Amino acid sequence: MANDTGKTTIDLGNLKAGGFIKERGKDLFTVRLRVPGGRMTVPRLKKIADVAEKFGGEFVHLSVRQSIELININFKDFDAVVAELGEGEQKVASCGARVRVPTACGGCEYNPNGLVDTQRSALEVDEKLFGTPTGHHKFKVGFAGCPFDCPKSATNDVGFQGAIWPELNKDECISCGLCAKSCAEGAITLGADGKPEFHPDACIYCGDCVKVCPTEAWKAAKKGYTVRIGGKWGRHPLVGTLFATFLPEDRVVDFITEVLAWYKEKADGAGRIRIGDIIIKEGTESLLDRLRAGFPDFVVAETIPPQAIATQVGK
Amino acid sequence: MQTVDLRGVACPTNFVKAKLALEMLDEGDTVEFLLDDGEPVKNVPRSLKGEGHKLLGLKQVDDHYVLTLEKVGE
Repeated sequence: MANDTGKTTIDLGNLKAGGFIKERGKDLFTVRLRVPGGRMTVPRLKKIADVAEKFGGEFVHLSVRQSIELININFKDFDAVVAELGEGEQKVASCGARVRVPTACGGCEYNPNGLVDTQRSALEVDEKLFGTPTGHHKFKVGFAGCPFDCPKSATNDVGFQGAIWPELNKDECISCGLCAKSCAEGAITLGADGKPEFHPDACIYCGDCVKVCPTEAWKAAKKGYTVRIGGKWGRHPLVGTLFATFLPEDRVVDFITEVLAWYKEKADGAGRIRIGDIIIKEGTESLLDRLRAGFPDFVVAETIPPQAIATQVGK
Repeated sequence: MQTVDLRGVACPTNFVKAKLALEMLDEGDTVEFLLDDGEPVKNVPRSLKGEGHKLLGLKQVDDHYVLTLEKVGE
C-alpha cells in the first residue's frame, strides 16, 4: 500500500508470527497459510483460489506440512492479501523459532484405521499454542490417528500416535480366530481352549483386534496417544523416542506446554538448537522427571534418547 | 449357503465384489467368502463388519480362509 508521500506502508503486526517467506525475485514473497491438520473447508479453498489469482503467480504450492503457500506475492500487497483472505477465516502461518502449525491425518471421523480424533487435537493445539516463541528453534507437533503413522509423528519435536489398549471378555468370544489372524504383531495367539491369548509386550496398540472382532469381545480399555519426543529431519535427522503412553486427548495441550517449558529452560544459552539435541545433552531422565509431576499415570518408566539416523554414511 | 470365491482378487476389489454379492442376498441369509491369506483376510472381514454385517466365523482351509457371514440390512 502506498501513502500520500508515495512510500510503502505495511502493517508489521501481520508479520509477527512469520509466514511471509522471501523468494528469489525482487519484492516477492511466499505467503504460507495456516491449515492445521490439513483440513480445508471448500469455501475457504475457493477464497484462497481467488486471492491467489488476484495477487499471486500461476500456481500455489502444497507444503510438506499440509499448508497452502501463495507464491510470488509482492510485499506491497501483504495487507491486501491478509485482508482479502479474511482475518477470521484464513490466517497466515508461521516460520522461525516458534510452535508451528500442527499436522494431522484425517483421524477417526471417516478413516477406518483412525483411533483418536487427531483433527480435533490439531485444531486445539493450533488455537492454544500456535506461534508461541520457543527462544531457540522451531517446534513441530504432529498427530497420527493410529500406529500406521502416515504423518510420521516421531519426526516431530513432539509426535502423537493414536493408541488403544485392548481387553478381552472371554464370555463374548466365539473363537473365530479373526483377532489372532489380524494381529500383525503376534500379540494374540489362540490358546488350547480356542480362545485368544494376549501377549502385551508385543502389542503396539493399533486396535486391529477390536476393529475386527465380530462380537465386541475385544474392547478398548484405554484410549489416548503414544507420545514420542525429540524427532526432527533436516541435515541431521533424529527419530523421537517414547515418553508417554495413553495420554488422554484432553491433556495434549498441557503436555506440550510442559515439554516447551523444559525445552526453554534447558536450552537457555545453547543457541539455535532443537529439543531432540537438548534431550541427548541433558539425558532423558531430566525430561521424564519433569513430565512425571503432571502426568504420573502416562509417563513411561524409562526411555532412550532420540535416535540419530546415519544418513551420511557411505559418502 | 452361497459361496463367493474371492481368492486371487486384490484389495479393495475383493471387498467391492463381496458388497456386490451381498446385494443379491436377503437380510438374514448367510454366505461364505473364500479369502486369500495376508491382506485380504485381515481387511475384508473388518470392512464387512464396518458395513454392519454379522461375522459368524473364520476357518483356515488349506492355503485360504473361509469367512462365514450373515447379511444385516437391505
